Amino acid sequence: MRSLLRTPEVGSLVRDSSLVWLASGIVGVSFGAIAVAGGLPVWVPVVMSLVVYAGSAQFSAVGILLAGGGPLAAAATGLLLNTRTAAYSLAVADVLGRGRAARLLGAHLVTDETVAFALAQSDPARRRIAFWVSGLGLFAVWNAGVLCGALAGSALGDTSTYGLDAAFPAVLVALVLPALRTDAAVRRSALLGAALALAVTPYVPAGVPVLLALAGLALHGKGRTA
Amino acid sequence: MNATVAAILALAVGTYAFRLIGPVLHGRVTLPPRVQELLSAGAIVLLVALLATGALTEAGAFAGWARPAGVLVGAVLAWRRAPFAVVVLGAAGATAVLRWAGVG
Repeated sequence: MRSLLRTPEVGSLVRDSSLVWLASGIVGVSFGAIAVAGGLPVWVPVVMSLVVYAGSAQFSAVGILLAGGGPLAAAATGLLLNTRTAAYSLAVADVLGRGRAARLLGAHLVTDETVAFALAQSDPARRRIAFWVSGLGLFAVWNAGVLCGALAGSALGDTSTYGLDAAFPAVLVALVLPALRTDAAVRRSALLGAALALAVTPYVPAGVPVLLALAGLALHGKGRTA
Repeated sequence: MNATVAAILALAVGTYAFRLIGPVLHGRVTLPPRVQELLSAGAIVLLVALLATGALTEAGAFAGWARPAGVLVGAVLAWRRAPFAVVVLGAAGATAVLRWAGVG
């Protein structure tokens, strides 16, 4: 690992990761601030970020807690949103490494950004470094951001003024574009999946649309001579 | 506050269990190449659906024009192979400017 860390490609991975970290850190600050400004004690967003470590699920769970929806609904919605991490963990299982510790620790670092970042790399060795570099950095920055936001509370004002809500989807666009560019089957599946997800969003609970998007994989084998 | 602790713990344990599925199965079950291909494709499909719903919707309804417009700016920059920093800052900046100009 140490020799890998000296290679020039790690430098480029850190450079590319750092913008994802910056964006996530700022989203983390707004998560901490929203939770505390809404009336939750500081430890709730801070502990949640450490042990749950999934931005969208945390936002939903805290949103439901603040709206008085109850802890059961908060946990259930968060879990539904996080079912997609099971699919991610299958996709990156061989990226984590072979040791037991690497698997147990790596599993906790499986997030949208880290998986997208790892899968965007061309060869297996680079995927592994990309997963760990982006994953460990993201964990550190996300939790530091949440802590700062929770301590700052409502002093930050409305973070949507800075357009930060557009940053996360844009990060994902940049990360999936290489795969969409080169692979027509993936492109077909992803477009159908996204259309399905958007169509059902008004009618189903949060988390379900993205799962239904997997039906887009029905187009994955079409047009192939198999 | 006990119920909140229980909710956070349930969410944490459940989420970690989802994340362990891949690493635990890996090496014990040999997946056919076709299934592995579908899993990689499935991850991309999930991410694209997530970015599409994240760009266009908020709490089950349309998110307003400023956010998707900003994401579109980011997508065009990414398509033209702009550096990652430019993509992210371009998207957030475009959305911020639109909001400042009064677009929702």
